[in-house]
Amino acid sequence: MLSRLARAGGTISARVPKRTVTTTQVGGYEVFDHSYDAVVIGAGGAGLRAAAGLVGHGLKTACISKVFPTRSHTVAAQGGINGALANMTEDDWRWHAYDTVKGADWLGDQDAIQHMCRLAPEVILELESFGLPFSRTPEGKIYQRAFGGQSLKFGKGGQAYRCAAAADRTGHAILHTLYGMALKFDCLFFVEYFAMDLIMSEDGRCLGCVAMCMEDGSIHRFGAHSTIVATGGFGRAYQSCTSAHTCTGDGSAMASRAGLPMQDLEFVQFHPTGIFPAGCLLTEGCRGEGGILRNSEGEPFMARYAPTAKDLASRDVVSRAMTLEIREGRGVGPNKDHIYLHLDHLPPETLAERLPGISETAKIFAGVDVTKEPAPVLPTVHYNMGGIPTDWKTQVLRNVEGEIVPGLLAAGEAGCASVHGANRLGANSLLDLVVFGRQAADTTAELVKPNSPPVKLPPKAGEASIARMDKMRHAKGPIPTAELRRELQVNMQKYAPVYRNADDLKKGKDVIVEVMKKYKDVGITDRTMVWNTDLIETLELENLINQAAQEMYAAEARKESRGAHAHENFPDRDDEKWMKHTLSWLDKPFVEDAKVVLKYRSVIDQPLDSEMHHVPPAKRVY
Amino acid sequence: MALSAFRRSLPRSLSRGFAAAAKPQTFAIYRYDPDTQAKPFLQDYTIDLKECGPMILDALIKIKDEVDATLTFRRSCREGICGSCAMNINGKNGLACLLYIEESSKPIEIQPLPHTYVVKDLVPDLTNFYNQYKSIEPWLKRKDTKAKDDKEYFQSREDRAKLDGMYECILCACCMTSCPSYWWNPEYYLGPAVLMQAYRWIADSRDQFTEERLAWVNDTMKLYRCHGIMNCTNCCPKGLDPAKAIVHLKEQVADTYKDGWKSMMTGEIVKNKGRESGMMYM
Repeated sequence: MLSRLARAGGTISARVPKRTVTTTQVGGYEVFDHSYDAVVIGAGGAGLRAAAGLVGHGLKTACISKVFPTRSHTVAAQGGINGALANMTEDDWRWHAYDTVKGADWLGDQDAIQHMCRLAPEVILELESFGLPFSRTPEGKIYQRAFGGQSLKFGKGGQAYRCAAAADRTGHAILHTLYGMALKFDCLFFVEYFAMDLIMSEDGRCLGCVAMCMEDGSIHRFGAHSTIVATGGFGRAYQSCTSAHTCTGDGSAMASRAGLPMQDLEFVQFHPTGIFPAGCLLTEGCRGEGGILRNSEGEPFMARYAPTAKDLASRDVVSRAMTLEIREGRGVGPNKDHIYLHLDHLPPETLAERLPGISETAKIFAGVDVTKEPAPVLPTVHYNMGGIPTDWKTQVLRNVEGEIVPGLLAAGEAGCASVHGANRLGANSLLDLVVFGRQAADTTAELVKPNSPPVKLPPKAGEASIARMDKMRHAKGPIPTAELRRELQVNMQKYAPVYRNADDLKKGKDVIVEVMKKYKDVGITDRTMVWNTDLIETLELENLINQAAQEMYAAEARKESRGAHAHENFPDRDDEKWMKHTLSWLDKPFVEDAKVVLKYRSVIDQPLDSEMHHVPPAKRVY
Repeated sequence: MALSAFRRSLPRSLSRGFAAAAKPQTFAIYRYDPDTQAKPFLQDYTIDLKECGPMILDALIKIKDEVDATLTFRRSCREGICGSCAMNINGKNGLACLLYIEESSKPIEIQPLPHTYVVKDLVPDLTNFYNQYKSIEPWLKRKDTKAKDDKEYFQSREDRAKLDGMYECILCACCMTSCPSYWWNPEYYLGPAVLMQAYRWIADSRDQFTEERLAWVNDTMKLYRCHGIMNCTNCCPKGLDPAKAIVHLKEQVADTYKDGWKSMMTGEIVKNKGRESGMMYM
């Protein structure tokens, strides 16, 4: 390891505070102890923005990531980032906030939504000032495109054009810009370190985390006054998803093992246009630039389901419409099992300038030239609205009463502030990452002084986690990891798809309980410590099962339809009984012994201050 | 080269028989075990293409899931945007997730990126590449400060178009590790991807440190190890053209060069002395 440091040409610089690392023996493994003011777990959009912000505040920061930062799945986001810059039409962040509250089907917390939408123009301009290559209007301003669920004048002024975009590679542009920003601030990265568990004190404060270095298998304990979880979602719990292989809900499961609740896990977004059958994403921006969904009769059917917004209705509305069309026999293809997305009526120059990335993706994964033929698409799992419950300042909450967990924050898809409620609007996630990544840094700066004295880790901190890792490393059970993972994915796809019903959800619960129990029978082949992806994938599988189980239980319990949770037996929204957040716990840390426990907490329906009016619940039509 | 000495078939216990209508395809995959540090070898695996997705990455995942779980490789997005799965397939660098499996009676050879330190199997150490990327300062640099109510920096569509073909780079290192100059001088020569990114910031009309950036790369080793070999453009999985960017870069350096550059660069070096590389290993 030291030779690697030398080869990297790294010398301890005056700009970066001196680091001391000590070693100790825990559970038969040599453990390296580090101490920082703040530790960020995850280096995607939210993690990088948090890390850069923390260093900007002068805090000694470590950013831990299981992949190199620019490989994080933020890089695959395509469409854009919403903000009321008013570059295309007049615009107001309150209209954006209204759209977001409505998009969330009134399950979003209006204080967090206000915070996000109000800060949107500022964070977009900040990204641009770091060099993000936004597409431009003829006046040389940042180009903004139409996107789903975005309107002017509180829904009464027609389509809003507030999605700031860099062609259809906005996620790529944002992540690379944020990485450049982090480099500028000399952020310290621990790359290809797999975070295993949080370290909690006896009195319930978070003291840091324990991670495994994949390069040499060494174990590291990071003590920190503030730990920020920014590890993304768990799309890989499903058989078909737009998510990367690395989207396994690690940070969320870590919080769950620490006895903390998850919030609103039943709300899983199905993106209307994932390529069929590959599952790769075709941005909503396709429809934003004029693309149209058609069924086997060539009909632009969205006009029937969403007369005003049509193809740019909220994603859950479009996914449901597509599913119904297929159910009613109007799907396309030899098995009538998908829908066509038409872009062939758009000028090829527009496609080349605004949608070059998806043109390439459609070519490679569907064999389709989008200038001439439609692309085959199907609703595909894409995003988790739920996550670790936080307040608008990203501080993690431990219970129904909203009590804060000292020392722990969560931002991005891993968190649930909740700005997305029951359904997320397109281009609001990239915004969520940057706003709440920044907020996590700002909140930490309020609570932690730069160069604080090192955190005192309990001597056996991380012992349970190391024992768990060691146990799985020597696992000799009959079920290979890949087999159990497949079983989980197939069943989640079967029992909790776009449309859910009581029978399927009940069966799904039983099946998930079986999968949870089977985890103790997993066996792996690779016993080594260096880059043991067999072991890593097994630990990731536990995280997937942890999250999927809570999702299934929460879905079965919610007897209404709201946002992305469409319940066939309860087709209407029930504000009286169900306008509340689901909180779910695992009653024991490890999935094979645990049961899911559910509670509920109220939605915050009042904004942060008087700059925005409360948006009262209304019927949600597009 | 006597490859047969380095090729191994699977032990009987792991090989599978195939049904009559199957389409068996053999893959010869580079294996290296850092624990034993034994000599690397090519391991043969045969799978049924009928039961496999169309991309090389699908085959790798199938082999890992069903045949040999110790096979180790990087992967994430599977759609060609993250750059994790860069490797050498039948002698050419590319992304495993974007390359179709081409049925062949000969085994498809999969090796790690050429001339890299291999951590395990198909996983190379790219630390040097990442450090070199940091050294060209890939962020917008301005000499003025923005006023409080200023909105975005103006950039015309024409100026923005100059960045097309460069900003899309996913840092996969296919081009870097296909370049013979980079093989022979990785510590000094910046390599195609890094040079193209250096030029991306030079070409960005909003950046005000153009001259400093040009002076920074104007070095016999950093820039002028490029001899136009063109392996880079030939293998870029995103269809980008680093060779062309380097040609433009050399032109602009030559056009802009002034005698004061040397002292300007000495100043920059002193300022950045001992600067943290950012890549932490402990």
